[in-house]
Amino acid sequence: MGFTKYLIVFVVGGLLCVIGQLLISLTRLTSARILVVFVTAGVVLTGLGLYEPLVEFANAGATVPLTGFGYTLAKGAIEGAKQSGVVGAFTGGLSAASGGISAAMIFGYIFAVLFRPKTKK
Amino acid sequence: MEKNKKAAQYQQRVKELAPKSKTAQMLIKAFLVGGLICCIGQAIRDFAQFTLKLPEKDVGTFTSIFLVFLGGLLTGLGVYDKIGKFAGAGSVVPITGFANSVVAPAMEHRSEGLVLGVCANLFKLAGPVLVYGVGSSIIVGLLYLWLG
Amino acid sequence: MPRKRMGERTFAFKRPPYVWSSGSIVGDVEAAGPLGEKFDLVLEDDTWGEGSWEKAECKMFEHAVRIALEKCGLETEQLQCMLGGDLLNQIVTANYAARQLDVPFLGLYGACSTMAQALLLGSVLIDGGFLGNAACVSSSHFSTAERQYRFPLEMGTVSPPTAQRTVTGAGCTVLGAQPPESGGRNITTYNGVRVKEATLGKVVDMGILDAANMGAAMAPAAASTIMAFLRDTNRTPDMLDAIITGDLGVFGSEMLLELCDDEGIKLAGKHHDCGVMVFSPDQKLNCGGSGCGCPAVVLNAHILPRISAGEWRQVLFLATGALMSPTTSLQGESIPGIAHAVLIEKES
Repeated sequence: MGFTKYLIVFVVGGLLCVIGQLLISLTRLTSARILVVFVTAGVVLTGLGLYEPLVEFANAGATVPLTGFGYTLAKGAIEGAKQSGVVGAFTGGLSAASGGISAAMIFGYIFAVLFRPKTKK
Repeated sequence: MEKNKKAAQYQQRVKELAPKSKTAQMLIKAFLVGGLICCIGQAIRDFAQFTLKLPEKDVGTFTSIFLVFLGGLLTGLGVYDKIGKFAGAGSVVPITGFANSVVAPAMEHRSEGLVLGVCANLFKLAGPVLVYGVGSSIIVGLLYLWLG
Repeated sequence: MPRKRMGERTFAFKRPPYVWSSGSIVGDVEAAGPLGEKFDLVLEDDTWGEGSWEKAECKMFEHAVRIALEKCGLETEQLQCMLGGDLLNQIVTANYAARQLDVPFLGLYGACSTMAQALLLGSVLIDGGFLGNAACVSSSHFSTAERQYRFPLEMGTVSPPTAQRTVTGAGCTVLGAQPPESGGRNITTYNGVRVKEATLGKVVDMGILDAANMGAAMAPAAASTIMAFLRDTNRTPDMLDAIITGDLGVFGSEMLLELCDDEGIKLAGKHHDCGVMVFSPDQKLNCGGSGCGCPAVVLNAHILPRISAGEWRQVLFLATGALMSPTTSLQGESIPGIAHAVLIEKES
């Protein structure tokens, strides 16, 4: 059970990254654009109801790639809309994803102050 | 006219002759590293769920925070760029790659001060991700309301 | 009035300036390349004890000049003009180095063509009798260029196979109106090396958009200048010992040979490229080196000593520059290139 679960996570997560690599290799998209494409794709697929089944099937294999971030945002926005209408559609996404975003802010700041960039060899 | 034709021919030739990236090799690396990062994410999830016994709704958030921390730390230590050089999209697509795109520009601009250096550059690359992600989620929420 | 012009865009100096001395400083990656032992100074730590890489680049620029001046026994107060530039916005490296050196200064920008641009202008001013000596300098630094033109250093990105690595290095050539041993200075580094002719470059743009393929973007400019030089001076490539381009890299060099081939000019065997020479293929740096510092350090550490030793007697040295900025690239503009050339000769 444990092993199969992790195997599914590995394969689905890996395949999502393969899609990203195909975009980089074939279209020369920069990594900043790849991230944008993935998050938007996650939101759209969730809106169409296609991403939820993948999350149930693959757990972290679907939530760790940035499409999963889009999934969290879209799911939050939909729940928000359910509960409090138009206002909820505006607040739901960010509330659901606020943990990751806040973490990025505080850790980003701390690490930028603590560490110095190193040159590449 | 003649000039444009010559330029077009040259561009065609450059396209044909330019050294190509080793796509197959990169795909395998991206698959392996990407899959591995997701497995680490799953392990963090399981830890949160079964060991810390966090409520269901907090498990995902805990995992995100932990992975952002890890991605940021590895960036600070100067390890993430090496992983990225090896793995390509395998380390860009996971949420650790998002953390990398937050920490890397902030570190780089430390020499221009804390406010306009670090803070102003935190979301230099990741900002568009938030704008597109949050923006499109609002549209999805509104569509859900109007279309059911 | 002696006629100093040949053909469409070539200068022929009537009193060809002498090359007095050289200075070169590089980082450790460059030192690990095939020319490693020839540089005057190698930085183990590429911040050179400074708080930022910008400051470190500035220090390299300044010290490359100091090393070259020391070799020809010239005090900084005696230097009549420094001509040079770099890749950073507002050519800050050159400006701040000139502040430290306190010498008359002309800041130049020609992207990676700056070294040849400086030699060309320095030679003109000396031949014209306006200067008795001049220092021609340019520099680049991997870490400052990476941040300005590409991504932060700690970003996990893969560079495409056509990419080149910006050379961390600064090179300085001191030119003088008289032979180097004149004026009672007893230090002689070069013997009878003179800048005889120079060809101005034109901006050539063949519509290459990919900033990670600058060699291909600059090759047409190099081809244009080489062909203009050969036409203007009635030469064929066989009459020269070497034609050396600045930083076309492996792929750009390939395209240059193709372009010249189209016009019936065979460069094979004569052509070398500083970007190819500076790193070895084992270093796995894609297409080789680039940046203002690349032609500057290879010229000063390798090419000029070889000419002085008589191994090459006539060398056409071109530095090629890609004249885009990150803004123009984002706005969808293609990459214009330029190449200036100087003919350096060993007097027999």
